[in-house]
Amino acid sequence: MALKIVKGSIDRMFDKNLQDLVRGIRNHKEDEAKYISTCIDEIKQELKQDNIAVKANAVCKLTYLQMLGYDVSWAAFNIVEVMSSSKFTYKRIGYLAASQCFHEGTDVIMLTTNQIRKDLSSPNQYDTGVALTGLSCFVTPDLARDLANDIMTLMSHTKPYIRKKAVLIMYKVFLKYPESLRPAFPRLKEKLEDPDPGVQSAAVNVICELARRNPKNYLSLAPLFFKLMTSSTNNWVLIKIIKLFGALTPLEPRLGKKLIEPLTNLIHSTSAMSLLYECVNTVIAVLISLSSGMPNHSASIQLCVQKLRILIEDSDQNLKYLGLLAMSKILKTHPKSVQSHKDLILQCLDDKDESIRLRALDLLYGMVSKKNLMEIVKKLMLHVDKAEGTTYRDELLTKIIDICSQSNYQYITNFEWYISILVELTRLEGTRHGHLIASQMLDVAIRVKAIRGFAVAQMATLLDNAHLLTGNTQRNGICEVLYAAAWICGEFSEHLEDPMQTLEAMLRPKVATLPGHIQAVYVQNAAKLFATVLQKHEGETDSQAAQETSQLLIDRLPLFVQSANLEVQERASCILQLVKYIQKLQQKNVEVAEEVTALFAGELNPVAPKAQKKVPIPEGLDLDAWINEPPSESESEDEKPKVVFAKEEPKHYRSRHTEVDEKELARRREVRKQEQANNPFYIKASPSSQKVYDAPGVEHIPVVQIDLSVPLKVPGMPMSDQYLKLEEERRQKEKAERKKKEKKKKREKRGKGRKADSGPESEEDITPAHQVDIVTEEMPENALPSDDDDKDPNDPHKALDIDLDKPLADSEKLPVRTHRPEVLKSPAEDRDSKSVPQETKKKSSKEKKEKKKDKEKDRKQIKPTVHWFPVQKSSKHKKKKQKKEKEEKEKKKKKRHHHHHHHGDAGGEDSVQNGTVEEEEPLPPMSNYSLLAENSYIKMVYDIQGNHQDESKVVVSVIFENKSDSFLKSMEFNVLDSLNSKLQRPEGAGPHDGLTVPFQLPPGVSNEARFVFSVQSIVMPQKLKGTLTFIVKSDESSTHEKLDFKLHFTCTSYLITTPCYSDAYAKLLESGDLKGSSLRLEGINMPFHHLLARICFHHHFSVVERIDSCASMYSRSIQGHHVCLLVKTSDQTVSIDAKCDEPSLLGNVLDEIKQTFSKC
Amino acid sequence: MRFMLLFSRQGKLRLQKWYTATAERDKKKMVRELMQVVLARKPKMCSFLEWRDLKIVYKRYASLYFCCAVEEQDNELITLEVIHRFVELLDKYFGSVCELDIIFNFEKAYFILDEFLMGGEIQDTSKKSVLKAIEQADLLQEVSLNLKHKMA
Repeated sequence: MALKIVKGSIDRMFDKNLQDLVRGIRNHKEDEAKYISTCIDEIKQELKQDNIAVKANAVCKLTYLQMLGYDVSWAAFNIVEVMSSSKFTYKRIGYLAASQCFHEGTDVIMLTTNQIRKDLSSPNQYDTGVALTGLSCFVTPDLARDLANDIMTLMSHTKPYIRKKAVLIMYKVFLKYPESLRPAFPRLKEKLEDPDPGVQSAAVNVICELARRNPKNYLSLAPLFFKLMTSSTNNWVLIKIIKLFGALTPLEPRLGKKLIEPLTNLIHSTSAMSLLYECVNTVIAVLISLSSGMPNHSASIQLCVQKLRILIEDSDQNLKYLGLLAMSKILKTHPKSVQSHKDLILQCLDDKDESIRLRALDLLYGMVSKKNLMEIVKKLMLHVDKAEGTTYRDELLTKIIDICSQSNYQYITNFEWYISILVELTRLEGTRHGHLIASQMLDVAIRVKAIRGFAVAQMATLLDNAHLLTGNTQRNGICEVLYAAAWICGEFSEHLEDPMQTLEAMLRPKVATLPGHIQAVYVQNAAKLFATVLQKHEGETDSQAAQETSQLLIDRLPLFVQSANLEVQERASCILQLVKYIQKLQQKNVEVAEEVTALFAGELNPVAPKAQKKVPIPEGLDLDAWINEPPSESESEDEKPKVVFAKEEPKHYRSRHTEVDEKELARRREVRKQEQANNPFYIKASPSSQKVYDAPGVEHIPVVQIDLSVPLKVPGMPMSDQYLKLEEERRQKEKAERKKKEKKKKREKRGKGRKADSGPESEEDITPAHQVDIVTEEMPENALPSDDDDKDPNDPHKALDIDLDKPLADSEKLPVRTHRPEVLKSPAEDRDSKSVPQETKKKSSKEKKEKKKDKEKDRKQIKPTVHWFPVQKSSKHKKKKQKKEKEEKEKKKKKRHHHHHHHGDAGGEDSVQNGTVEEEEPLPPMSNYSLLAENSYIKMVYDIQGNHQDESKVVVSVIFENKSDSFLKSMEFNVLDSLNSKLQRPEGAGPHDGLTVPFQLPPGVSNEARFVFSVQSIVMPQKLKGTLTFIVKSDESSTHEKLDFKLHFTCTSYLITTPCYSDAYAKLLESGDLKGSSLRLEGINMPFHHLLARICFHHHFSVVERIDSCASMYSRSIQGHHVCLLVKTSDQTVSIDAKCDEPSLLGNVLDEIKQTFSKC
Repeated sequence: MRFMLLFSRQGKLRLQKWYTATAERDKKKMVRELMQVVLARKPKMCSFLEWRDLKIVYKRYASLYFCCAVEEQDNELITLEVIHRFVELLDKYFGSVCELDIIFNFEKAYFILDEFLMGGEIQDTSKKSVLKAIEQADLLQEVSLNLKHKMA
């Protein structure tokens, strides 16, 4: 052993340390990956050594590699080893590595529980500190549950260094284990008044974070925080407190009123920008939550805006940015206060920092009004011209459209202007937002009926100048607007001045270079235009011109029939055939125009985006039900090709369908009109306006008179500016007119076109240039209200929404882990720790029981003890309980958790063995419970465990299983004490009294009870005679029964799994205090790791180290005897050399080991 | 605070500290994405940006970018202050710190960070007490190292 240590140190001299590694990586820039892979190989070698210094060095290097992005999860176990080093140097590195590499999915985390607990209670505060820091990074729900109580204790540590860390980590614990919040909260609250400022600020931090997520539970702390706020001078703490108040005020407006004053004082007095900013933010939040319109608060708003203005004017970009950000919050509730700073914000649009410009843009969005929209957009248009990067320019473009289209075009008074803006925007080269512009054009043209005439004229111009838009590049996104242009011209073709010209433009050969979907629209709308042209000519009885038009189509359409795009091809060939047919009719002098027009009759109404979703499901319709039985798999293959040809086969089926649809549609249209007429929210053409539509239909869309003073022809010209001027003139005129008409109180009908009547001065009543009829989007009848849920169900903070003022119930106490129960556990508690579903079920009964046993409870502590593989136990003892499938599932879930307990108790080194075992073969299930006694009514199995804390006590856990069909009750457990071993009986009981088993057993049920025995000498095994008496109660009768048993206290049961490190182990062996003995086992036919696992499991040993087929193991008795084993195996022979400071104990343990293996 | 990153102008990660559990793959993706965004920003730009659902606060010191991700309601200026404080601590500890100090003593840099921030919250607002804690812990390490050498 000693040689190994020396060897390790010599090796170390040749090892790379971290610095060498870093240097190496820097020197191997060319083949970094290769170099690192050799380094990783070296590290793997180093990790195999026993020397902890070498391991720590290796782990340190791995942490570095992890940062570079290499996977080091394979070394997780080695990290745990280094963490558990007793030397701070290595421990520190181990925890650092763990905090960087571990996450919730890391398996080995569950091995660390005990080590962390040990470190938390270390006398060295830096050990504790390092453990807390590490834990804060990788705490899992299991760790949080197991360690919550330890950490809570640390909150009252004598050293502020530990206290503050413990307080901070509690937040992470709460997140992972919300049940700990209520029990820990009183102490956390105490820490708000800790004498140490660091601890105090930590407590403020944690409570603020908690309160921010679930403010309503922390309202009661407001007075305390108020006191802190007015007394603290620490800006870091103040900021947190103020933030907390920001979260609380929406729930308690009175608090807000109280806050305004101290906050404004702070705003006036502080020089710290961060604090000022926080105050302003909170004042804004407070004012938002208070009912607006309170006169005395406008001063506060003014103050905030004023301060923000100072921030925005500052040369520091950061302050400018934040100023704008905060401004946008004020804007939502107090737009007027912000609007007066429009100049400043427009100025920010010129800032060189793009993020500031974008913030300013956001602000502008909220600042527009009917009055200033045109002006602001004009500014923005100038910026569009100046903008360099396409990203920013595109951002400007979308913002312009957002600003204009917000709340249903609320601020647009002149849609001609807006259309011109859209047309101007089409000049942007290389923008991605052609589609956006197009959809705006469509939306406006469809919904603002009055503008259609103007829009159509503009679109016709666009189509005529399409070459300007398409440019050379096919991918130019702007050509999307042609889609809109073509559709608008086609759909509203009756507004066209010269439809023939537009038709001609739409059929130019160049169109064939446009994207397919646009061509398709062109073709379709050419047909619409064709219908209009025909009608026009026939109206003028100009059959010559009509035939020429048909000829034009017949000439041009073949180009599209050849298109590679199916959609284009299909439409073109349909229409071509149609036109040819029409031409035939025309040649016979038949009037066709009316019938052709009928093809495209009917009005299109905009449909709300969510309309489809909102259609209520009719009663009795089950959408999940099969309409036809699902086809069998073999059939489905046959059917697949049918889908391809579906168009041909079900033809007649379909046509019938559409017939129904048309009738139905007509009916629905009528219904809808009725509906709209009665719907107060549907903006309809008011009969009082001058535009009275005497009949519905496309033909009756009114033509807006276009002011011919506005030049519209060339799309390359900026026209929107003129609108701005005109608009100003118009408003001036209006004002003058209004003055004239002032005496006339009666409101007149608003005029169409530029003639507008008077209105009050407020901007809301600035009259629109056109009487605008914005059609709302259609929704289905009985649309369901929106049911959007804005709370994320996965938010971890949701679980922390816990009432903290309710007094603590006993059941909420944090699980305290001590090593041994002093008194019998009540069965209810026992069950609690075993299975979750039972807990809830039995809670009420448990509470009752606890009330009854108040006296006992005083002496009793709730201590869930460790269960050794209860999974196996349950399979053995709960076979009959298969009916509860759910429970089974729970068990499986819990399996990991139990497993963790096992490892946790076994400690670090034990898991070396388990760690390696997992790579090999799975272990057979094992149980330490052995049969105590059995008869036809009952079966008892038991296990004995000891622990370090009390050298003279062991706990016997007995599982009672009711095998009969009767109820078993009044069970009494009694043992005949020997001089050496005695059953611990409650105070006042005689030495021969039995102990009542604290539960009854219904048929088929098993339950566990624990009995504490005191022992004096542990070197010899012991057998105690005992009796269980009980009453068997069936329907008819009840009988007294008894069952004798012998409790076998093996020497093994006095051993406790204790981890031991190889260096300590080596020293122990060298010390010469131990006496040796040995054992040979023949014919052992199991893998070595199974053998080791059995010794570990049944005899409470841990593996110190294992090399091939040789392993050293260690255990300790409850009275502190060391037991060391060296286990070797070859050819079915196992030799065990053992050393112990107590030879007779050793002899007995070896005998027991021998027995274990003779059984298998 | 969700996480803190230190990276060089060349886009090499020098330090990363995650205060919420994040899968390794996501970490890598986020780091890469964020480095691109931050490195692309011009020197005169402000130190804040919105990224995903987080606010990013960064500051460049010499060749190193210090970059913190905080939540929506957090105070940007105080985060900037945190970064500055951390840099001051590094500076005090290493004596005018440079990128190489952090590369070669990256575990020390972590130790300092861990004494200053825990779970994303400020542990101690006093520089002095943070430095004292580090020194004490280092002293402890030296002692045990010396012992080790003697034993070897």
